[in-house]
Amino acid sequence: MNKILSKEYFSANVVKFEVEAPLIAKARKAGHFVILKVGAKGERIPLTIADADLQKGTITLVIQKMGVSSSKLCALEAGDYITDMVGPLGRATHIENFGTVICACGGVGTAPMMPIVAALKQAGNRVITVLAARNKDLIILEEQMRNLSDEVIVMTDDGSYGTQGLVTNGVESVINREKVDLCVTIGPAIMMKFVSILTKKYEVPTLASLNTIMVDGTGMCGACRVSVGGKTKFVCVDGPEFDAHQVDFDEMLMRLGGYRDIEREEMAEYSKR
Amino acid sequence: MTIIEERAEQWRADLRGSMKAKERTDIPRVHMPELDAEYRSHSRLEEVNLGLTAEMAMLEAKRCLDCANPTCMEGCPVGIYIPKFVKHIEKGEFLEAAKTLKETSALPAVCGRVCPQEKQCEERCIHLKMKKESVAIGHLERFAADYERESGNISVPEVATANNIKIAAVGSGPAGLAFAGDMAKLGYEVVVFEALHEIGGVLKYGIPEFRLPNEIVDVEIQNLQAMGVHFVTNCVVGKTISIQDLEDDGYKGIFVASGAGLPRFMNIKGENLVGVMSSNEYLTRVNLMDAASEDSDTPVFKGKKVAIIGGGNTAMDSVRTARRLGADRAMIVYRRSESEMPARLEEVKHAKEEGIEFWTLHNPIEYIGNEQGRVTHMLLQVMTLGEPDESGRRSPIEIPGKTELVEVDEVVVSVGVSPNPLIPQSVQGLEVTKWGTVVVNNDTMQSAVPIIFAGGDIVRGGATVILAMGDGRKAAKAMDEWINSKK
Repeated sequence: MNKILSKEYFSANVVKFEVEAPLIAKARKAGHFVILKVGAKGERIPLTIADADLQKGTITLVIQKMGVSSSKLCALEAGDYITDMVGPLGRATHIENFGTVICACGGVGTAPMMPIVAALKQAGNRVITVLAARNKDLIILEEQMRNLSDEVIVMTDDGSYGTQGLVTNGVESVINREKVDLCVTIGPAIMMKFVSILTKKYEVPTLASLNTIMVDGTGMCGACRVSVGGKTKFVCVDGPEFDAHQVDFDEMLMRLGGYRDIEREEMAEYSKR
Repeated sequence: MTIIEERAEQWRADLRGSMKAKERTDIPRVHMPELDAEYRSHSRLEEVNLGLTAEMAMLEAKRCLDCANPTCMEGCPVGIYIPKFVKHIEKGEFLEAAKTLKETSALPAVCGRVCPQEKQCEERCIHLKMKKESVAIGHLERFAADYERESGNISVPEVATANNIKIAAVGSGPAGLAFAGDMAKLGYEVVVFEALHEIGGVLKYGIPEFRLPNEIVDVEIQNLQAMGVHFVTNCVVGKTISIQDLEDDGYKGIFVASGAGLPRFMNIKGENLVGVMSSNEYLTRVNLMDAASEDSDTPVFKGKKVAIIGGGNTAMDSVRTARRLGADRAMIVYRRSESEMPARLEEVKHAKEEGIEFWTLHNPIEYIGNEQGRVTHMLLQVMTLGEPDESGRRSPIEIPGKTELVEVDEVVVSVGVSPNPLIPQSVQGLEVTKWGTVVVNNDTMQSAVPIIFAGGDIVRGGATVILAMGDGRKAAKAMDEWINSKK
């Protein structure tokens, strides 16, 4: 049981929680995730850690309401408890001074990117963060990212804020103007796929943090498997970050949709309640 | 008291004298009552084996000759005092029988259900030498444990005076629980760390309700709690806390029993299609997450044509689960013949009764899917048997050009597991084999890092509940001696 200390809405469907988890706060590094479960019959879902406060013994999680499990989580309030939470899981991001790094975030992918930006910056990198979302309301953590990064480029699909265009347009504008040593991308699988295609064209090494379906999160089930360079890897223990140019995103997208029909039915059922 | 002294006790001698050996061996072996096969193949949660009645158990207990040299005990990895508990049953002292079981086994109700007794204690029974069926030791074990639980008079084993020495078990599966029980009896302060949100490891996530109800596992865990064992769930040693953290926190010994947590796949085309999954994933969804229940948020496919690849107990558990979730065709696909199958005979028999199809001498070589990436067919290579391989079983050989295409909508791959890599990855100096198992001294279960002992599947690769428990007991004894030798 982990107590929620504070809750903040970034937008109608995106919630930020600060959760009591002293051991996880102490052990976590950039790139790590947790698995959590709401209620006795809840589903185990993975969430990448957005931040931690050692003094308070808390971690920060940002969740977008999508299906039943994320909706149940978002319905919790400060003072409520998350039934089960385990972590930090996965391998931490490999941090060194690469030079110039683009951090390309889509939607709530911005949250787990925060500790990576902070760690890259601390290691001496020049960090250019591209924040992308469908519209202005869905751009989150802009101020924090501005404080952490050397430069922030905001892209919205509808042009309601920043520059109109996709995340890839933002990334490409940077690659066209200066030498980029590394790109890190976190967001929806389809977005990471297109970032990967773009950076491959320009031969910019790219890491993608994958958020697949998981059950246990410790290597036991293999639900999270992806093909990387033609080999099957487990996102939970081999990842969650991989060389994006080697990831079979089409397979990943296909596998992410595996339970869509069941999920849709469950969501319809949940919405009625 | 030694086994010989116990056997010489008056009540045992009287009991032996009460009936001629010939009369005992002439009694036919009891049959375990079980649910009707057609009914149970649609009932997900009801246990197949119903357990013996008191009359059946007492009659079966009479068959035991109370041998002077009880070879059955040599076949038991945890060394249960078999003749003693059986004779208590014969006398109608069922609670005493249960107490005897608990002297050496932390999980008698579990072992009475899932142990392969026919390859252990029962294989050494004197009856076999006389061309008779062995005493049904496993059924009797289950009877005594169930009787005690249902009586409400559950005895808590005696615990030595607290020695205030903290020790840890990593993993709450059978090895960790057996270890915890023995260490608690010796007076240690035992904390068991579990990565999942439930205690019990494979007993909870792996073995289905119809073979081992979770409630039974919980009662055995409560018994350990009553003995003073603490459990910490949602804690991954090697991630949440390190071995070093445990040492810094004053733990004097650490038993690693983190299990065989990495499913193997065959690396064939189409294996990552939607609807193809490991048996660990399938069983975890159904057993641990209760995904087949309406009120569970975890989804599970309920395939109509389900193939399970493999011939072990986990494959049988998976295929019988698929049948219960509504599969019209639930198929075992196994590359050797039935006589090479590693699954228990009872599981194979039960599976057949439930209408499971056995595709032996077939091996999948490709899975084919539709536009949505959902599996629709499996391509099977037809096999034949060649010379025995290193496992002693006849090795499967492909018959060139002979394949079969079979329609499926779900495939469960159950071809074995590898040890969980989390601990070996996170502890420096630990000696690990090329298969990822932790190297230990076979007599003491102590690893290359003295404070760390290990047992169960993290050492064995993939074995049974009872062998894991045997490791736990061995490690407990050796760790106790090691800690005392340092004083």
